[in-house]
Amino acid sequence: MDLTEQLLQLLFSGLTLGGIYSLIALALVTTFNITGVLNMAQGEFLALGALLAASLCAAGAPLPVAFVISVAAIALLGGLLERSVIHPARHAPGLILIIITIGLSISLRGLALLVWGTEPASLPAFSGGGPLFVKGAAISPQSLWILSLVAVAVVGLSAFFELTYIGKAVRACVINRTGARLVGINPAAMSFLAFAGSGALGAAAGIFIAPITLATYDMGFLLGVKGCVAAIIGGMNSVGGAVLGGLILGVLEAYGAGLVSSGLKDALSLMVLLAVLLWRPEGLLSAVTGRKV
Amino acid sequence: MLEIKGLEVNHGWVRALQDLSLQIHKGEMVAVIGANGAGKSTLLGTLAGLYKPAGGNILLNGRSVTGRPTEYMVRQGISLVPERREIFNSLTVLDNLLLGAYHRYRSVKQTVMEEAKKILELFPALRGREDDPAGALSGGLQQMLAIGRGLMARPSLLLLDEPSSGLAPLVVREIMSALSDLKKTGMTVILVEQNTAAALKATDRALVMERGRIVLSGGSGEMIRNARVQQAYLGRVRAAQPAVAL
Repeated sequence: MDLTEQLLQLLFSGLTLGGIYSLIALALVTTFNITGVLNMAQGEFLALGALLAASLCAAGAPLPVAFVISVAAIALLGGLLERSVIHPARHAPGLILIIITIGLSISLRGLALLVWGTEPASLPAFSGGGPLFVKGAAISPQSLWILSLVAVAVVGLSAFFELTYIGKAVRACVINRTGARLVGINPAAMSFLAFAGSGALGAAAGIFIAPITLATYDMGFLLGVKGCVAAIIGGMNSVGGAVLGGLILGVLEAYGAGLVSSGLKDALSLMVLLAVLLWRPEGLLSAVTGRKV
Repeated sequence: MLEIKGLEVNHGWVRALQDLSLQIHKGEMVAVIGANGAGKSTLLGTLAGLYKPAGGNILLNGRSVTGRPTEYMVRQGISLVPERREIFNSLTVLDNLLLGAYHRYRSVKQTVMEEAKKILELFPALRGREDDPAGALSGGLQQMLAIGRGLMARPSLLLLDEPSSGLAPLVVREIMSALSDLKKTGMTVILVEQNTAAALKATDRALVMERGRIVLSGGSGEMIRNARVQQAYLGRVRAAQPAVAL
């Protein structure tokens, strides 16, 4: 494999990894903008979705059925957690809410360990066939599925926020909470919707990546942290920024690990975060809002 | 239509409203005047559900709505246009108006666009700006938009908090003219206004608030002639009194 092929191969690996980070960042940004809560348990939604779908498939359910049930179940879980944990503490300062979501993350991980144990579970690839080759570099069909989910999520979220009445009502809540209440929008309902939606998106992401990474009880932790880094890099109030941040992070990690040292992978993402926070703390695509990231 | 009995509201340790009682009849336009900190905005905010009363009762058409949240109050027909306007800056003017009908959008989806056009007729200065972001409008136009958005809720009781605040006299005149158009429709309006002369001219009745209480009330015409109102709020010094030496 010559250098061009190697660089292209690393790019494909990086885009796949970046796609995963983007999906988590998208869910984080959406929840953060609607509720003001940085949900550190987002990675656990991904792990639970993947584990549940793997169990359902192992029990004989077809993959599409397992997908729908898992996404719906984790969406419901997200909504229930919002009602039972976030909503009662909604007037607490942001830092307290973040600590609450860290507690949620640890609890959900413990629950997953109890239910599924430490053994990795597998999910079949969505489509058969070998990898596709582009100028000598291989890209697996599952990677294309992941990138397709990113594209669908971006288009879907953008269409929801820009074109639908309820999407504009959600945006109104983000722009001016008091104004939204004054026209009769219930911010609590929007908060429930945000957590349920981020649960669904997280579960879908987990199911899409499980055929590549396998599903484990602790798979969500590091992915959640990387998704958070990606969201901050892109800008906490930008859907496009979340995707860009995720893809940049994934590609940089792939090149860092492939060309320099695999040990550099995680350190690199934190170095990028530090650089962005120093150079452009509001994020790459975010308008300056004065909100701390 | 609206009856308030012994209303008490606290902001932390500060008692903003104390033992406040009043009645407002359907179709009335009532001005609430008073100095800063008298409790005028708190009264409107409490009626809109933004503040929870510590005591007393608010009855709307005979039913208690005391302490209910804002979204409930909007559904009951109470719409507040706050002093800070609270418009959605990055949404378009049209989206702001359409969202004003949020609580009834599902049932009247077809007619909401028509109603938004009628609001634009009430405020012709907004016409042609429908697709502009609301944050790009001048202060006067933002105020018109805020009132328009409040009207899109089709309220039976409209609460206006300082609609002329910080605006040029010409714009104030336009807003007051829109208010007199509203008066003709029979809408009930409570108007909190620092511009006392304009408020008394536009309304049927006026209440004077001091330190969270209503200290004076009567017909607006009568209040214009009231010596105390003239001295305190209209800047007129009684002939018998010597001018204050600076």
